[in-house]
Amino acid sequence: MSETSTLHRILDYSARADPYPLYAELRKTPVALQEDGSYVISTYREITDILHNPHLSSDVRNLSRPTPAAERRDTPSFINIDPPEHDRLRRLAMRHFGPPCTPGLVTGMQPQLTEIVSSLIDDFANTQLVDIVDDFAYPFPVTVICHLLGVPRDDEPRFHQWVNAIIDSLDYDPKTDPPEKLNLGAQATDDLHQYLGGLLEPRHDRPGDDLLSRLANDDGPDGRMTDEEIISTANLLLIAGHETTVNLITNGMLTLLRHPHVLQRLRDEPDLIVRLVEELLRYEPPVHIVPWRAAYSDITIADTVIPKGSQIMLMLASGSRDPDRFDDPDRFDPDRQDNQHLGFGSGIHLCFGGPLARLETQIALSELVRRLDRPRLVTDPPPYRPSPVLRGPIHLHIEQS
Amino acid sequence: MSSAHTLQGFKRDGRIAIVGASLAGLRAAEALRGEGFTGSLTMIGDELGEPYDRPPLSKQVLTGWVPTDGTKLPRRRDIDAQWLLGVPASGLDLATNHVHLADGNEVAFDRVLISTGVRARPWPVEAEASLDGVFVVRTRGDADGLQQALAAGPSRVLIIGAGFTGSEIASICRERDISVTVAELGPAPLVGALGAMIGDVAADMQRAHGVDLRCGVKVTQLEGDAQGRLCRAHFSDGSTVDADVAVVALGGIRNTDWLQDSGLAVGVWGIACDSGCRAFDLNGLVTDDVFVAGDVARCPHPVYEYRFISLEHWANAVEQADIAAHNMVNAQADRWPHLAIPAFWSIQFGVNIKSVGVPTFADEVVVTQGSVPDHRFVAAYGYQGRVTAAVSFNNAKWLDHYRKLIETAAPFPPPCPTPDQPVDAKPVPVDFPGPVLLSQGATVVVTGHDPSERHVTAVRTHR
Ligand SMILES: Cc1cc2nc3c(=O)[nH]c(=O)nc-3n(C[C@H](O)[C@H](O)[C@H](O)COP(=O)(O)OP(=O)(O)OC[C@H]3O[C@@H](n4cnc5c(N)ncnc54)[C@H](O)[C@@H]3O)c2cc1C
Ligand code: HEM
Repeated sequence: MSETSTLHRILDYSARADPYPLYAELRKTPVALQEDGSYVISTYREITDILHNPHLSSDVRNLSRPTPAAERRDTPSFINIDPPEHDRLRRLAMRHFGPPCTPGLVTGMQPQLTEIVSSLIDDFANTQLVDIVDDFAYPFPVTVICHLLGVPRDDEPRFHQWVNAIIDSLDYDPKTDPPEKLNLGAQATDDLHQYLGGLLEPRHDRPGDDLLSRLANDDGPDGRMTDEEIISTANLLLIAGHETTVNLITNGMLTLLRHPHVLQRLRDEPDLIVRLVEELLRYEPPVHIVPWRAAYSDITIADTVIPKGSQIMLMLASGSRDPDRFDDPDRFDPDRQDNQHLGFGSGIHLCFGGPLARLETQIALSELVRRLDRPRLVTDPPPYRPSPVLRGPIHLHIEQS
Repeated sequence: MSSAHTLQGFKRDGRIAIVGASLAGLRAAEALRGEGFTGSLTMIGDELGEPYDRPPLSKQVLTGWVPTDGTKLPRRRDIDAQWLLGVPASGLDLATNHVHLADGNEVAFDRVLISTGVRARPWPVEAEASLDGVFVVRTRGDADGLQQALAAGPSRVLIIGAGFTGSEIASICRERDISVTVAELGPAPLVGALGAMIGDVAADMQRAHGVDLRCGVKVTQLEGDAQGRLCRAHFSDGSTVDADVAVVALGGIRNTDWLQDSGLAVGVWGIACDSGCRAFDLNGLVTDDVFVAGDVARCPHPVYEYRFISLEHWANAVEQADIAAHNMVNAQADRWPHLAIPAFWSIQFGVNIKSVGVPTFADEVVVTQGSVPDHRFVAAYGYQGRVTAAVSFNNAKWLDHYRKLIETAAPFPPPCPTPDQPVDAKPVPVDFPGPVLLSQGATVVVTGHDPSERHVTAVRTHR
């Protein structure tokens, strides 16, 4: 089956630097049945349709054949739960994160974000060789999410390891991968869980500003999350706040260096940054694949009936390059109109951190472009992280004058 | 304007007049420029000031959070138009292609767009309507006045009519901790638009928020004091309520009076047009140069058996404006039909209500997702075995899926379970107070996504 091999080629590390031609191949069959009985959806309309289909489940417990990495804990985080529980938990978390209860949170962070970015750039302003990932794109969002959650920044080396192991296990393939990959992921999940539990414990009955304290002492109309729920949520936010924005910032710098005229335009028209970040989310998104969705009951999509219990893989990054939806999709065009990309997903699981991630990336790229002196790529393509799901460079070395 | 040559000439330096300079008018003007129309554009509107948005007038504006001048419509592009504001159009002469203005001036055009919308239905007794403290809400000025009256701390507000606008205003009153009585002639709030099942939910919501809701009664008289200020209302059941503010929310009247002698197909339901927004004349013949968009339009919808449908929905005004603009500057063969499935939203008592389709075009309704007691659910409406509409309470993100079901004439009730299965998923009669529309089952389905490719396909009727 040619579709199967296309997917396998995409998952293979050799495709990491440029998976887009393979996505084009995949899109010839919008809904493609795989050898193992799972379905891969790769076209824009079909992805958005199914993301709004109430028969699609995010809960891997609804798979007829559980995936190896199916979360083992009893309390998955809300990204892996269906309504009504999903809605309740997301609402409870959102109370402290955005409108309607905390409307000014993200915009209010602007000065602080700018300060963090400036001080990171200060540190390498006079260095000739810079790694955009290690020196900047990674430490920035991590500092932000730690601060928001109330996780000590100094513990970063510990949970960095755990998060890496968890991300690595996301695309575990029993046929090709050693079982340690899965076990390491599971162990890291437990360790992180325990670590967060330790942070939560002393916060009970001690109101504070960070998210853990607020969740621990919440008394809104929906009640309060259980400790297990708080830990799962914090776990989700920590990982999501860690492993995505770094890639958007890095992909952004990479894309700008590959499009010097756009970089120059951004210098001349700083307001371009808003649309530019939207186009990045379409053109080089951090999240390429939503790997494990389940058909809760039979789902008909593009004349294909996906039977109940099937595993469904959504190729978001492919959908955002679908020529049936976007003119000249392989062109990076910050002036693009009607840019409803799939960078943050769609439907009820639409990214919760979108407003924060956008602002972080806008500030980060604006400042980099303003302050770097004639930056040049050292290697193109740069080396990539292993994951095909959360895809991005592991280092991005640039030289400046 | 049949040949390509004259069309090109018209696009380059023709004359277009738009009567009604609000949402539909402005969006059509922008779309005309977007289509490459470079001729002269005249915007005729009887309201002074820049076009503004109406939905906030019964919502954020009344809480006092958003000032009325904070609701200007965003501009999507420069329209380079001549604006004639503050004077209503008083007539349309189709023999000479002129719009007559009330001040005696006239505007010549090659093509005209009518987007004069709706005005609030006033309280029928003029002397009572002019009492201090009696309001309608349609314009910025109306909302300003009511906002001030609410800020002054009235002892009680009476809302007459529990449709969307009335219910939203009742909700704002409760949010501001103002006592409020809602009087509704029907059996429940929203029942005329959404049927008995949703009506019951809406009634619960109002009462749970402390609204004094009185259904099945009519307000018979508004009584003023010696200073001409509202002080009391009398009801058909003999009771009275003391109130110093009353909001008359009895729906709208379509602004077609100025077209009485135009020879167009005007009536209480608006101006009839084809699905390409071209107006019909009195004989039911389609005209070439007169287009209609927004609340004033009455347009056949293939999904609803080509019935003429009048909508007072924000999204409909925008979509029709785009279609009308496109068709005004394109040849017959390139015309687009207006096939969008109607969509509407409201926010009241902390609940986001949204609908797709035409709920009145239904005989049954079934809760498909969520929980009615928690005011968090989706209900699908069906007519003779196909889905024709859906309504969500705090669950709007699913409605796209139901729009698809409507477009594809999917079977009703929608089969197969979802994770968020309601306790009781049995269809019940939809139960509208008025006569239910009759239907013979689906004859067409809509396909395509972009306006340029959307079209209707006939289906064989199943027996
Ligand atoms: C309080 C309120 C709340 C609403 N809330 C919602 C909501 O939550 N969701 C939703 O979907 N919709 C809502 N709507 C409906 C929505 O605002 C309308 O569908 C929309 O305004 C229609 O736009 P339009 O341009 O067709 O008509 P209008 O906005 O009515 O504009 C018509 C314009 O034409 C002018 N005019 C009339 N006669 C003449 C004449 N003879 N000469 C010159 N000018 C003339 C009018 O003064 C007006 O400026 C609400 C409406 C109101 C009033
Ligand atoms: C550029 C950066 C980011 C990208 C591209 C991104 C992308 C996504 C995507 C595609 C989803 C949908 C997943 C699905 O459908 O299953 C998602 C969900 C989510 N994201 Fe992000 N994200 C980013 C940053 C963040 C940040 C900074 C946070 C936290 C502060 C965050 C929190 C979440 C959460 C909690 C969800 C789950 C929402 C739900 O299930 O309801 N994300 N994100």
